[in-house]
Amino acid sequence: MSFLIDSSIMITSQILFFGFGWLFFMRQLFKDYEVRQYVVQVIFSVTFAFSCTMFELIIFEILGVLNSSSRYFHWKMNLCVILLILVFMVPFYIGYFIVSNIRLLHKQRLLFSCLLWLTFMYFFWKLGDPFPILSPKHGILSIEQLISRVGVIGVTLMALLSGFGAVNCPYTYMSYFLRNVTDTDILALERRLLQTMDMIISKKKRMAMTRRTMFQKGEVHNKPSGFWGMIKSVTTSAPGSENLTLIQQEVDALEELSRQLFLETTDLYATKERIEYSKTFKGKYFNFLGYFFSIYCVWKIFMATINIVFDRVGKTDPVTRGIEITVNYLGIQFDVKFWSQHISFILVGIIIVTSIRGLLITLTKFFYAISSSKSSNVIVLLLAQIMGMYFVSSVLLIRMSMPLEYRTIITEVLGELQFNFYHRWFDVIFLVSALSSILFLYLAHKQAPEKHMAP
Amino acid sequence: MASLDRVKVLVLGDSGVGKSSLVHLLCQNQVLGNPSWTVGCSVDVRVHDYKEGTPEEKTYYIELWDVGGSVGSASSVKSTRAVFYNSVNGIILVHDLTNKKSSQNLYRWSLEALNRDLVPTGVLVTNGDYDREQFADNQIPLLVIGTKLDQIHETKRHEVLTRTAFLAEDFNAEEINLDCTNPRYLAAGSSNAVKLSHREEILFKRW
Repeated sequence: MSFLIDSSIMITSQILFFGFGWLFFMRQLFKDYEVRQYVVQVIFSVTFAFSCTMFELIIFEILGVLNSSSRYFHWKMNLCVILLILVFMVPFYIGYFIVSNIRLLHKQRLLFSCLLWLTFMYFFWKLGDPFPILSPKHGILSIEQLISRVGVIGVTLMALLSGFGAVNCPYTYMSYFLRNVTDTDILALERRLLQTMDMIISKKKRMAMTRRTMFQKGEVHNKPSGFWGMIKSVTTSAPGSENLTLIQQEVDALEELSRQLFLETTDLYATKERIEYSKTFKGKYFNFLGYFFSIYCVWKIFMATINIVFDRVGKTDPVTRGIEITVNYLGIQFDVKFWSQHISFILVGIIIVTSIRGLLITLTKFFYAISSSKSSNVIVLLLAQIMGMYFVSSVLLIRMSMPLEYRTIITEVLGELQFNFYHRWFDVIFLVSALSSILFLYLAHKQAPEKHMAP
Repeated sequence: MASLDRVKVLVLGDSGVGKSSLVHLLCQNQVLGNPSWTVGCSVDVRVHDYKEGTPEEKTYYIELWDVGGSVGSASSVKSTRAVFYNSVNGIILVHDLTNKKSSQNLYRWSLEALNRDLVPTGVLVTNGDYDREQFADNQIPLLVIGTKLDQIHETKRHEVLTRTAFLAEDFNAEEINLDCTNPRYLAAGSSNAVKLSHREEILFKRW
């Protein structure tokens, strides 16, 4: 009886999450495009719904809501469905939509998408070989095999995003790094841009007039075709067409210049807006946060290095450790069990919410930047795949932030994975990502003022 | 030979509707082989004989400014784009016949371009709502072009074409529907070419 009640609660929440994913897709991601294939929207919303359900189950675990056996059942079911989606459905549809875009293969779409999926499965399987993630007692087609590989990919993604985010956040927030941009700079660049456009126009006018006179005189100005045509063009090339190629080259160079100027002007406008924003109250607040985050970022890099160098994996979670410190050093006595439950709920809740929100925002930005009307389906499915893998590995890693008594359910459900390996791998990739982001931002920052000072 | 006066026409529309292919077709009478993303603005020139066949015949160059980007771009991109909207003589609005959103976005595009000229102090009308009155006293001739006609299935054509006819009426503009990969649509003597030259004549009369 209680199982039925629990299941109905779970299903209601899943439907709610599905609806949220659907709305997000329509309002945010696809607001400039037309949804022609509803299957894409369904897959995205389903992936989102099942990922959020996993987080919900963790919260229920901490709070002790629902029957423990029904929780376990739903965990298992949820995990199976998510793996099914991530390993079978989404890659297959990605292959299908990629193949649909290529006109040549249109007829045998299904066949080629199956082939693509088999290639994906092969590489996916091979991914497990270099990593010490499995103990030999697992069979070939068990959940642990699939989860371990999904976990590797997801943890890599998380660490890359974390590393870049940790460095980029103070860089964007702090106004120390803002270059000084005046209105005169912008006007000067705009003038150069318009001058370049004028030069392009005058050259194109010359080309158009030359082409017209050649056409009227009846000269052949098309590209010579065939063997004899090529021989003829070598010996007798009309002076008009030679001129044309010269001018065309000049025009190409000028067009490249105009593109550069356009991008630089956009940069300057963006910097000017940021300078104005930093003078407002909100801007000052973010500036202060930026200093705080930069200290936090340095500390995290330091901790990651220590973890790797000394081969140390934290045994206790921050909540229990914090409570221990408070009890032992500060002498404050309080009910450990009660507080640890509530604090870990709040902490885990914050981690979950910020990671979901951060991921959705990053995905949206990414989508706007790289999608076009042709590739939007493929890109959305790729994003759904990334989102699913990201959330599954968050569950893996969140285990470290929870007190021992709540970790058991994750350990039970996910099986005998080498959790320590995943934390070590996260630290390594985080370090690499953070350091390369610092290098990258430093180079970009150095290069920019020189570019815009050039006459 | 060539007039020193400038005739500037903007080509606006969402990313991927086919503005670059269209401009190439109009100016070079050839199909664009490998279209790629337009960054910033690309210009091309079309030769036009004003009042052909009459003693007042004069050859003009129409500059087609193909501005890239989307309506939802960051405000820094919009400010940069605004530099191209100065002293415009005509606007060509391009939308994709297979994508309804690109037609709806045309209202926002036209507001962006026209507001720049109408209100030189830089204050933009921010509610973004379409207001027919704003177009009623608009002196700049508009032309609405729908692309990718070949990708619409025969059965749906009628419904799509009625919808676009309403669109053109809203703008008080002429409309042309074509396929940029087929030069036949703008061949001399076709109805499309006639509409085009008719619009160009209006352009010159007003200018």
